[in-house]
Amino acid sequence: MDIRYIYLIPFIPLVVFLLLGLNYKRIKPSVSGYIGVFGLLVSAVLSYYTAYQYFFVHGKVNGIYKPIIDRHVWMNFTDSLAIDMGLYIDAISVMMLVVVSTISLMVHIYSRGYMKGDDGYTKFFAFLSLFTFSMFGLVLSTNLFQIYIFWELVGVSSFLLIGYYYTKPSAIAAAKKAFIVTRFADLGFLIGILIMGYYTGTFDFETLNNPEGSAILNWASTSFMGLSVITWGLLLIFVGGAGKSAMMPFHIWLPDAMEGPTPVSALIHAATMVVAGVYLVARLFPMFYFVEDGFALSIVAYVGGISSLFAAVIAITQTDIKRVLAFSTMSQLGYMMMALGVSGYDGHEGVGYMASMFHLFTHAMFKALLFLGAGSVIHAVHSNYLKDMGGLRKYLPITNITFLIAALAIAGIPPFAGFWSKDEILVAAFENNQLLYYIGVFVAGLTAFYMFRIYFGIFWGKEKHYDHPPHESPVSMTVPLMILGALSVVVGFIPFSEFVTPDGKGFEAHLNYPLATIAVTVGIIGIALAWVFYKKENNLADTYAKRFGVFYKWAYHKFYFDEIYLFITKKILFNGVAASVALFDKKVVDGTMNQIGNKTVFTSEKIKGIQSGKLQDYALAFVGGVVVLVMIFIYFWTE
Amino acid sequence: MDILTLFIVVPIITIVVLVFSKGLKQARIISLVGSLVQLGMAINLVFAYFREREINQDIMVFTKDAVWFKTFNIHYNVGVDGISVALLLLTSIVVLAGVFISWKMKELPKEFFISLLVLSTGVYGFFISIDLFTMFVFYEIAVIPMYLLIGIWGTGPREYSAMKLTLMLMGASAVLLVGILGIYFNSNADGGALTFNILEIAQVNIPFEAQKLFFPLVFIGFAVLSALFPFHTWSPDGHASAPTAVSMLHAGVLMKLGGYGVFRVAMFLLPEGALTWSNFFIVLAAIGVIYGAFGAIKQKDLKYINAYSSVSHLGLVLFALLMLNKTAWNGAILQSLSHGLMTALFFALIGMIYGRTGTRDITKLGGLLKVIPVISATYVIVGLASLGLPGFSGFVAEMNIFVGAFQHEDLFHRIATIVSVSAIVVTAVYILRVVGIMLMGPVKNKKYLTLQRVTWYEKTGIMLLLIPIIGMGVAPLWISDMILESLQPFIKGLI
Repeated sequence: MDIRYIYLIPFIPLVVFLLLGLNYKRIKPSVSGYIGVFGLLVSAVLSYYTAYQYFFVHGKVNGIYKPIIDRHVWMNFTDSLAIDMGLYIDAISVMMLVVVSTISLMVHIYSRGYMKGDDGYTKFFAFLSLFTFSMFGLVLSTNLFQIYIFWELVGVSSFLLIGYYYTKPSAIAAAKKAFIVTRFADLGFLIGILIMGYYTGTFDFETLNNPEGSAILNWASTSFMGLSVITWGLLLIFVGGAGKSAMMPFHIWLPDAMEGPTPVSALIHAATMVVAGVYLVARLFPMFYFVEDGFALSIVAYVGGISSLFAAVIAITQTDIKRVLAFSTMSQLGYMMMALGVSGYDGHEGVGYMASMFHLFTHAMFKALLFLGAGSVIHAVHSNYLKDMGGLRKYLPITNITFLIAALAIAGIPPFAGFWSKDEILVAAFENNQLLYYIGVFVAGLTAFYMFRIYFGIFWGKEKHYDHPPHESPVSMTVPLMILGALSVVVGFIPFSEFVTPDGKGFEAHLNYPLATIAVTVGIIGIALAWVFYKKENNLADTYAKRFGVFYKWAYHKFYFDEIYLFITKKILFNGVAASVALFDKKVVDGTMNQIGNKTVFTSEKIKGIQSGKLQDYALAFVGGVVVLVMIFIYFWTE
Repeated sequence: MDILTLFIVVPIITIVVLVFSKGLKQARIISLVGSLVQLGMAINLVFAYFREREINQDIMVFTKDAVWFKTFNIHYNVGVDGISVALLLLTSIVVLAGVFISWKMKELPKEFFISLLVLSTGVYGFFISIDLFTMFVFYEIAVIPMYLLIGIWGTGPREYSAMKLTLMLMGASAVLLVGILGIYFNSNADGGALTFNILEIAQVNIPFEAQKLFFPLVFIGFAVLSALFPFHTWSPDGHASAPTAVSMLHAGVLMKLGGYGVFRVAMFLLPEGALTWSNFFIVLAAIGVIYGAFGAIKQKDLKYINAYSSVSHLGLVLFALLMLNKTAWNGAILQSLSHGLMTALFFALIGMIYGRTGTRDITKLGGLLKVIPVISATYVIVGLASLGLPGFSGFVAEMNIFVGAFQHEDLFHRIATIVSVSAIVVTAVYILRVVGIMLMGPVKNKKYLTLQRVTWYEKTGIMLLLIPIIGMGVAPLWISDMILESLQPFIKGLI
C-alpha cells in the first residue's frame, strides 16, 4: 500500500496556517473561515479514506493488523541513533486521524459562527490549523523523538489558543500555567526518551514495541534503585503523558485552560490534545506491559483511577459550566488511563486496551458536543456561570436536545455511545483489579450526577433575568451540534474489538449483562438524584453541601492544589531561589570582581607615590637596590 | 587572492572607504555593500566547501600559509573545516543584520560603522586562523573595539560597563596568552623547531604534565568570553550599556569565539588535560546553565534578562564541549549558531522596543502586541525558539547536547545532565514571564498607542535572522552533518 498521500493530511493544515498566518492582515475574515474549513475538509476526507483502506483493504495481513511505516532521516545523533520523520499507520493512529479530523472539522465549522466579529478571526483560524497540523503529526509519529517534537508543538498551539484573548490577565495567566506545567511534565518525558535511547539504542516504536525485540527482552540488564532503567524510562515518559492528559498531580492547568474560546476547549482540551497522554501510553503499550511484568502499567492504572475519582468529586461542586466539563474531561481521561493500566496483551485479555481506545473515540464525540453545546449556551446568555442560567430549553431547542444526548452518552445510558465503551472499561477493571472496578462504578454514578446537575441547571429550573432574550445559535453552530449528536449515538455500535487490539488480532466482545446492569443502574441513580436536587429550584443542594461541610469546601477549592503549586512556585522558586540567585550574583559574584578591580586601583593609588619624579628619590632607590642586590649576591656567593 | 583571505581583506577595504565617507547616508550604504559582499562570500564558501570536501579529506581545506615572524615561527596560516564555515556564515548574517538595525545611527555614524567592521574583521580572522599566534591577535582585534563601542555609543553607566567588560576580557586574555605560550614551548618535545600551527601541534604529544597545567588556563581564557560562571558578570552590565548593534554582534558572534576557542585549542591540542579537568569544569558549566536561567527570572531590564539567558545558553555550549563526544560537540556548535542568531534577534528587537518606548523595564511596558504587532510577534517567536521549541534551531542543538551528554553512564555525569536539562523548564518560565507582562495584557501607557510601526530596514534585519533560525530548526540535516563530519579528527585524541 502506498501511504505517501497520507503526508497530505498534516500538510494541508500546515499550509493553511502559513497562508493565514503570514497574510492575516490581508485576508478577509469571511474568506479565511472558508479556507480553514475547506482545508480541514480535504484532510478529513483523506483520513476517512485512509481508515477505509487500512481497516478493510490493506491493513490486515494473515488476520493481523500490522503497522505500515514510511520514514526519512531528519537528523543524525550518532551512527546508529537518529531522529526520523515519517508515518506510522496502525489501528490506533488511523483511529486518531479520524477523531482529530472529525472534531477539528466540526470545530472549524462551529467557529465560523462563534467567533464572528472577533478582531483576531483570521489569527484564530491560523492557530486552529497549526494545532491540527501538530496533532496529526503527533498521532502519525514513528518514533519517540518525533512524537516529542509534535508534542511540544501541540503544547505551544494550546498556549497560543488559551491566551487568545491576550489582553485579559486571567487568560494570560492560564496560558502560562498550561505551558509551564506541561513543560515541567515534558521534562520527565524528555529524560525518559533519553533513557530509552541510551539503553535500547533506538527511538523507533516498531523496534521498541516488538515483544521479541531486544528492548523488551533485555529490560532487566541494567537497574537503578531496584527498578529496571527501562521501567524508569517508561515512568518518566508517563509523567509527560500525565502532564498532557491532566492526571494528578499535573491536572491544575486544565480547568484554567477554559479561559480560551469555547471551540478551542472542545477541540484541544476535551477531544484531542488531552488524550495525547493516553495515546502515548497506548503507543508504547507492549513495553509497558512486558517490561518488569507491567510494573509501570500498574502505576498508570492507579494514577488513572485516582484521577478519575478526584476529578469527579470536584466536578460536582463547580459553578462554572466549562470548569465542570473540564473536570469531567479529566475524570474520563483517568478512566482511559485506568483501562490501559488493567489491560492484558493477548486476544481477549486486551479488552482494557481496546476499551480505552474505544472510550477515547466515543468520548471525543460527546465531550466535544458538550463543549460546543456549552459554547452555544454561553453565546446566548454571555456568562459561564450556572447561576445566570435556567429554563433555557425553550430558547435553545437544538442545543437542549443535543446536550441531553451528550449527557446521556457520558452518563452511560444505552444505547448512547458512552454506554458501550464505559461498559468495556468496567469489564476490564472487574477482571483485573476489583478496587479499581469499584472506583470506576462510583465514578460512573458521580458522572451522571454532575452532568445532569448542569443539564437541569441550564435548561430546566427557573428562568433567570436575561438582558437580551436568549436565542438559538446560527446554523453554522447548530449543524456541528447535530452531526456530533448523531455520532454520539451511532459510534457506540462500531465493533471496536475487531479492529483495535494490542496484538492486532481482533476478538469478539460481548456485553457483560450483570456488569452492564449495575453500571446503568448507578447511572440512573445519579440522574435521579440530580433530578431531585436540581430539576426545580430548591435549597436541597445547599442543605446537603452544608452537611458535607469541610469536605464540600475542600472539593469546591479543588483540594487546594492550586494553592500548593502557587506556594512552591511563587514563594519557594520565585522569591526564594530566583531572588537569592539574583542577589548572590549582584553582591557576591559581581561584588568580588568589583573588589578585585577596586583593590587594584586602591593599591596603585597607594604605591604611585614612589613614582615621584624627583631625581633624589630615584637615586636613593637606585643605591638602595644596588646595596640589596650586593648583599644577596654576597650571601649566595659565600655559601 | 584566496577565498579565505578575502574575508579579512573585504572588511578592511570597507573600512578604508568608510574613512573617506561623509555623513550617515554614505556610511551606511558603504557598510551595507561591504557586509552584503561578505554574506555573498560566506554563502559561496559553503558551496565551495561542499565541492572541495568531495575531493579533499584533509582536516582543513583552502589552506594558505605565509611566514610572518620567522624567528618565532609565526605564520599567517588559514584554513577552514565545516565548523568554521558554519560560524563564518553566522558572522556574516549577524553583521549584515546589525547594519540594518543601525540604519538610523545618529551619533558619529562613520566611526560607529568603522568600529563595527573592525570588530567583524577580528572575528573573521579568528575563525579562519590555524596559527595560534595569529588567532590570538585576531581575538584581541575583535575584543578591543568593544571598549570604544560601549564607551562612546552606549547608554547608562557606559564607562563603568565598558571598563569592566574590557578589563575582565583582558584579564582572561592574559591567562590565555600564558596558556598559548605554554603550548608553544611544548610543541616540539624532541627539541626541534617550535610551532604555533594547530595542525602540527596536534600531531605531537604534549607531555601530560604540561597539558594538565595549561588546559585550565586556555579553557578559562576562552570560556570567560562565553560567560563561564563565575566570570560572567561583565556580560549583563556590558550588554545593558551597549548600543543595539553592538549587543547583537557581541552576544551573537563574539561570545561564540569562546566556545570555538575551547574546542579548537583546548580540546584539540590538550586532550589529556581535557580528560583530567572535564569534571571540574562540568560543575561550573552546569551551575552556569541553571544559575543563568534562575538569574533571568527576577530581572526587570530586558537586556539583563537576555544577558542572563545567554549565560545559561552558552553554559550549555561549554557543558556540551566538556562531554567530549561527537554528538554533544555537534550540539555545542549548533547551539553556538542557534544562540548567535536568536540572541542577535532578541537584542535587535529590544533595541526597537527601547527606541520607541524609551524604556527597557518590562514592568513599565505592557500590551505591546496590540500596538507594534510585528515586533511583538517576532519576540514571541524568538522567545519560543529560545525555550527550545521544536521547529526552531534551539531544539535541534539542545537535543544533540542532551543525547550526547547522556552517553556517559556514571552518576556524576547523569546528575549534571539532569540539572542542565531542567533548565528548559526555568527557561520557559522567564521567557513566558516577559511575554505575559510586556507583550500581552492591556496597553499600559496611552502614549504607546501611537508608536511607530516596524520599518522596512528593521523588517529586513528581522528576516535575515529569523529565516536561518527556522531553516535550521525545520531541516537540520545538512548543517548538522557538515559539522558532524568535521568533528571526526578532533575526537581521535580523546578515545
